[in-house]
Amino acid sequence: MASEATGAEEGGLVFHPMDQFIIKPLFGGGDIAWYTPTNATLWMALSILAVVALLVLGSSKRAIVPGRSQSIAELSYGFIYKMVEDICGKDGAKYFPYIMTLFMFIVVANFLALIPMSFSPTSHFAVTAVMALAVFFAVTILGFVKNGTAFLGLFWVSSAPLALRPILAIIELISYFVRPVSHSIRLAGNIMAGHAVIKVFAGFAAIAVLSPVSVLAIVAMYGLEVLVSFIQAYVFTILTCVYLKDALHPSH
Amino acid sequence: MEGDLAHIGAGLAAIGSGAAAIGVGNVAGNFLAGALRNPSAAASQTATLFIGIAFAEALGIFAFLVALLLMFAV
Repeated sequence: MASEATGAEEGGLVFHPMDQFIIKPLFGGGDIAWYTPTNATLWMALSILAVVALLVLGSSKRAIVPGRSQSIAELSYGFIYKMVEDICGKDGAKYFPYIMTLFMFIVVANFLALIPMSFSPTSHFAVTAVMALAVFFAVTILGFVKNGTAFLGLFWVSSAPLALRPILAIIELISYFVRPVSHSIRLAGNIMAGHAVIKVFAGFAAIAVLSPVSVLAIVAMYGLEVLVSFIQAYVFTILTCVYLKDALHPSH
Repeated sequence: MEGDLAHIGAGLAAIGSGAAAIGVGNVAGNFLAGALRNPSAAASQTATLFIGIAFAEALGIFAFLVALLLMFAV
């Protein structure tokens, strides 16, 4: 990694596009232990603070005619609640707080990461893998607690012909265990790829002939990234809802 | 500019992004074709649209991940 990071002259870029994802300690240098405050810690804390500020301050006035922050808070609440209710049904609504937390954290972390010179915690597989594994274990344990061994019916496709069912069971089993992998990599990969593309165009801006094109490209990519930030948070949340529905109603 | 086989492999893995683009385009195009025939049913199916796009896109992201691994981890 170090040789690529300093390889400015060989690639023609002023900086390496992946340098923005390096985790650094906030104070001084030295090794990073688990308790060291890093830039990842800072931006995760900032996004949690932003969520709390939006939801607590937004709903504190309880105006009949909502102001701007209250509208945003109510809109996001209603949006997620409707999603959970549509996909998981009425009995899934009690898991709404967890899903709301996931969505708000991801979407705010994604948006804060779009501020220039900031750091994007959701671009790290370590962050998204923890969230995806938490969903995976929660959903699996919930499925067994709610349905007992009937949860295994998720893998036994009773609508298929009997001869096909063992093969389908193996496929379903594999796809079930790949879920946390694809769930986490989708979010981190999208965010990381988007930010890297912006940095690649920013590197081209140093070349005089290309700079107008690259500035235009950065503007366009930035607009796309705002969209992607929201859509990936939405997709992460909606897939959590789908997995939760599988746990609550495992029959095919 | 030096390079080795890993860089060629990373470039080849980028083809996967194009394949994912075909998949995502298929999903969105078919959704639009269906939505224009029956616009009243379209709004209720946007969640399905995004799930389909997410599944198609995940495999392209896997290709991107392979490219990243070849660039930085091998």
